[in-house]
Amino acid sequence: MLTIQNYKKAESLEDAWTLNQRRGSVILGGMLWLKMGKRTVQTAIDLSGLRLDRIEETPEGWSIGCMTTLRQLELHKGLNAYTNGAVREAVRHIVGVQFRNLATVGGSVWGRFGFSDVCTLLLALDSYVELYKGGNVPLVDFLTREKDRDVLVRVIVKRTPGTFLYRSVRGSQTDFPVLACAAVLVPAENGDRLRLSVGARPGRAVLFQEEAVFRGPISEADAAAFGKAAAEHIATGSNLRGSAEYRSHLIQVLAARAALELGGADRC
Amino acid sequence: MLISITLNGKKITSDVSPDALLLDWARAQGCKSVKRGCETANCGLCTVFLDDEPVLSCSVLAVRADGRRVTTLEGLQEEAREFAGFIADQGAEQCGFCNPGFVMNALALFRENPDPSVDEIKEFLAGNLCRCSGYEGQTRGILNYLAWKKARGGEGAAT
Amino acid sequence: MKAVNRPLRKKDAMQLLTGQPVYTQDVAPENCLVVKLLRSPHPNALVETINTSAARKVPGIEAIYTWEDVPQDARRYTIAGQTYPEPSPYDRLVLDRHVRYVGDPVAIVAGEDEKCVDRALKLIKVQYQVLEPLLDFRTAKDNPILVHPEDNWEALCDVGADNKRNLCYHEESSSGDIDAVLAGSDIVIDRTYHTKACQQAMMETFRTFCTIDPYGRLHVVSSTQIVFHCRRIVANALGIPKSMVRVSKPRVGGGFGAKQTAVSEVYPAFVTWKTKKPSMIVFSREESMTASSPRHEMEIHIRLGAMRDGRIRGIDMYTLSNTGAYGEHGPTTVGLTGHKAIPMYGKADAFRFTCDVVYTNVMAAGAYRGYGATQGLFAVESAVNELADMLRMDPFDLRERNITREGEVMPAYFDQVNSSCALDRCMARVREMIRWDEKFPLRDLGNGKVRTVGMGMALQGSGIAGLDVGSATLRLGDEGTYNLTIGAADMGTGCDTILAQIAAEVLECPFDDIMVFGADTDSSPYDSGSYASSTTYITGKAVEQCALKLREKICAMGAKLLGVPPERTEFDGKTIYALDEAGTRGARVTLADVAAAAQSGNELSLEAACTHSSPISPPPFMVGAVELEVDLLTGETRVVEFDACVDCGTPINPNLARVQAEGGILQGIGMALTENITYDERGRVLENSLMQYKIPTRLDAGPIRVEFESSYEPSGPFGAKSIGEIVINTPLPSIADALYRATGRRFTELPITPEQVAMAGWQATDKRTQKTNTREDVNK
Repeated sequence: MLTIQNYKKAESLEDAWTLNQRRGSVILGGMLWLKMGKRTVQTAIDLSGLRLDRIEETPEGWSIGCMTTLRQLELHKGLNAYTNGAVREAVRHIVGVQFRNLATVGGSVWGRFGFSDVCTLLLALDSYVELYKGGNVPLVDFLTREKDRDVLVRVIVKRTPGTFLYRSVRGSQTDFPVLACAAVLVPAENGDRLRLSVGARPGRAVLFQEEAVFRGPISEADAAAFGKAAAEHIATGSNLRGSAEYRSHLIQVLAARAALELGGADRC
Repeated sequence: MLISITLNGKKITSDVSPDALLLDWARAQGCKSVKRGCETANCGLCTVFLDDEPVLSCSVLAVRADGRRVTTLEGLQEEAREFAGFIADQGAEQCGFCNPGFVMNALALFRENPDPSVDEIKEFLAGNLCRCSGYEGQTRGILNYLAWKKARGGEGAAT
Repeated sequence: MKAVNRPLRKKDAMQLLTGQPVYTQDVAPENCLVVKLLRSPHPNALVETINTSAARKVPGIEAIYTWEDVPQDARRYTIAGQTYPEPSPYDRLVLDRHVRYVGDPVAIVAGEDEKCVDRALKLIKVQYQVLEPLLDFRTAKDNPILVHPEDNWEALCDVGADNKRNLCYHEESSSGDIDAVLAGSDIVIDRTYHTKACQQAMMETFRTFCTIDPYGRLHVVSSTQIVFHCRRIVANALGIPKSMVRVSKPRVGGGFGAKQTAVSEVYPAFVTWKTKKPSMIVFSREESMTASSPRHEMEIHIRLGAMRDGRIRGIDMYTLSNTGAYGEHGPTTVGLTGHKAIPMYGKADAFRFTCDVVYTNVMAAGAYRGYGATQGLFAVESAVNELADMLRMDPFDLRERNITREGEVMPAYFDQVNSSCALDRCMARVREMIRWDEKFPLRDLGNGKVRTVGMGMALQGSGIAGLDVGSATLRLGDEGTYNLTIGAADMGTGCDTILAQIAAEVLECPFDDIMVFGADTDSSPYDSGSYASSTTYITGKAVEQCALKLREKICAMGAKLLGVPPERTEFDGKTIYALDEAGTRGARVTLADVAAAAQSGNELSLEAACTHSSPISPPPFMVGAVELEVDLLTGETRVVEFDACVDCGTPINPNLARVQAEGGILQGIGMALTENITYDERGRVLENSLMQYKIPTRLDAGPIRVEFESSYEPSGPFGAKSIGEIVINTPLPSIADALYRATGRRFTELPITPEQVAMAGWQATDKRTQKTNTREDVNK
């Protein structure tokens, strides 16, 4: 059972940061992961009074407050329109509506969980993490950093051109993914480039960027080559949900399919 | 810590420890419909409304509900009975232990989407596990209820 | 029929649906001590020393018990809910110095709230002498590591058990010369199948509270299927007279067999008996997943012989069952693998069934819906499906040639006559429902996806023949209403309602005029309990007979009031008429008059009691078929639809029968596809939560469609047989066979994971592509 000695609703980000410098302090997200543990928390810091539970549209893209729930993300019209529904697809399998009404974007990103659909998705977008002291950090860098005592305030998603797709394989529909991937087809001057984010390897989500540039529709052979390259490039491991071999196989299949769906001759 | 929650329309002030969960707090207030079925936020049995949103009360600190509205099935008896009859007519309540969480979330669905498709019903209620029914009778009951509501809505519109 | 075969609402439905406080934890006194268990982290160890002094000092702690508080040479007991003398060995102590699986209790802690108990649990210091565990059940028999080396281990029944060989049961039975028959067969299918220790995963975990009643007796209130067996178990565990224990059950939040074992009862009983204070234990989900009573893991070796024309000539089956650390239901589940699966193929010339049940250092198994038949049917039906494929016959056609039919003797079913059987009709119906002939064997959807179908049949029992006892009492009360009292346990199945329907049918009264009470050892008539698919068939018959008896008493009372002899009366459910010699109705009294008269200056009891047992266990039958969509590249398998047809005799309540079937089928789908159990090298179950043990959600299967083709069972109430268990069986072989059709690989172990499907399917698509290429080459 989780033990919490003190609960403090932060009055400001400075207040939250200061409280968080003490050992045994924890910033609360949706509590879903935290409460399963048996640890003792000296001070639980709640950011829910700081108006960080919203998604704001900016000229560059979107600013997602750390207390925004996954359900808000799922239902957000602008983000879903921009990502061709990839945002909804990424989170709709996560347990259930009641769970997603609690789980927060900040909690998901700060936790840097290997199984995280949210991290896998955001990594494929042009995403940054806004830290109270550390400023804006590209998500790709943040994910590999060790946890420190800073405060994650927002996640910034920049609107850069691209078409998006999210796919995951799950043993049962609301389970953790066996493997998750988000793919982007980015138009560039000399053709299209493919970017792939793969999560639940089972380690943290990582990016794979294809060096090749596609001019015109992606052929089956190109897609297969992309899948093969992705599988060779991305390290996988084994856990209860699947072996490393199976995961590498899935990367190859999902990456190739994503390439065809995003850039094949049949795309709509 | 002293907190004040409006539980089923009634303001309640109580002294709780910082790690008390909303689930246990609600049961201690006599709302025994709120059930615990797991420790991993997977089953949906503990569903309550926090303000107007369905949440898992097993994962909400009571102190976090301070100043907010909490609704359990005890506070929605009339609305629940109207719907529940359609589940009873399928025999789909079975052991009943998952029923309060299921009914709560179904009511949340109807508020958000009064005319859901079968796929929308299944997706919205996916976080409510039931080991007895195979879910089929629940779906039939929901569809019958919605059809009945639609038919009655036509009549009610005149008044 | 006015009440029977009607889809009436369950009597408790609206109370359950509106969240009323009717379960064990809801009705417990506020001041119960919180009871929790310290559990062993080792699969095999001796407690060398256990220091509780720091834990006892935690404020609020009432008591801590260890093996030192339990005489280690006392008579052991079993927690299996079975008729005395139990076939399950007496191999338990409340707390044993020798712990035998990860999770075996080491100490009982009771305190005033959860917080102090949790703190105390952390402060208990245990030193273990860690012993080498026996984790592989295939090596258990005659292994030098003995799970139960102790001398006070005891088998009450002669079941071939021997604790010095790790043996909990051994059986051999046969008919005909199986070796000769197999030698003379054109084809012999020779396969070994493996199923795991799946969890019932009922939504309400195990829980019990205890109080001391006004007479100083121990009152156990528990979520149980077996109040009477539970009384014996608790008395045995505590070493106190049975008369000092009363057991009652409130509403039960699901059981599926899990609560046919007294998993949680003994611990608060021990605390309350020692402290004389109320106490309660509520198992966490983790405890329910790791220290409970799941299905027996089994390995089944089948040799099935047949001729080229499709005639199945003989089945030879060897079952190895893993009972885990204790023997609950070990000796009884295993028999069903053979005795329920083989008899379906009633035209065979010979069969042999051999089995061993062994102890290992993992969680003890227990009773789970299907009770061994599930495992056996997976094996036999899979073998028959493989035979059909080898013969290039349709699986339906092959079965039509071989199945048992009504009126035939079933040699592998204890030579019982098949008294009611619509298996042939069920088969024809399912074939239509799923549109088998259009879909068989496979359709290629392109992009690595295929749709395939698979089918399977099932047989189960209706109660345990010659053993199960069902009883009912019925009493006429105010205004001509009735009280029906039973000892069977409604665990959500709706037996309170079904039994009331039977009573209302006989008494010709409105269904709402029957009030039901159950179950309590002080006030209920004796009933074995709700398990083995017995309640509708056995207790239902008791209710029918009881209602007939009460009708006679009502007529006798009416006759007295009317001044005529009882044989000159007629009762239509509302009124008792005096009949003249020609049988014409004359003077009359109402049932309400009779009820009033019974309460005034009366010496005639208007209460009837009836007890029933059946020498036979007439089997219900079922056929199921699945359509799967399989992504051969990712291994994702989607159940597009599942169609099933059941012969449960007369469905007393078609709604409840249907929901039983739908729920059971989905459990079977879970067992086939997602519900896995794995142990690490230290004997720990890795699927220890609903996060890791994946029971199906409502997104995990397409529509499940159920229909009934009813036979009429003469020995059952209004022709009824059972339905509770049979419904879990058919998805297993159906899904495995459909996945064979998709991938070209036979799956003999459950669950079949996406990874296994992908690894097989990948090669299948390669082959298919190659085949297509070859064809193209030929065309060129």
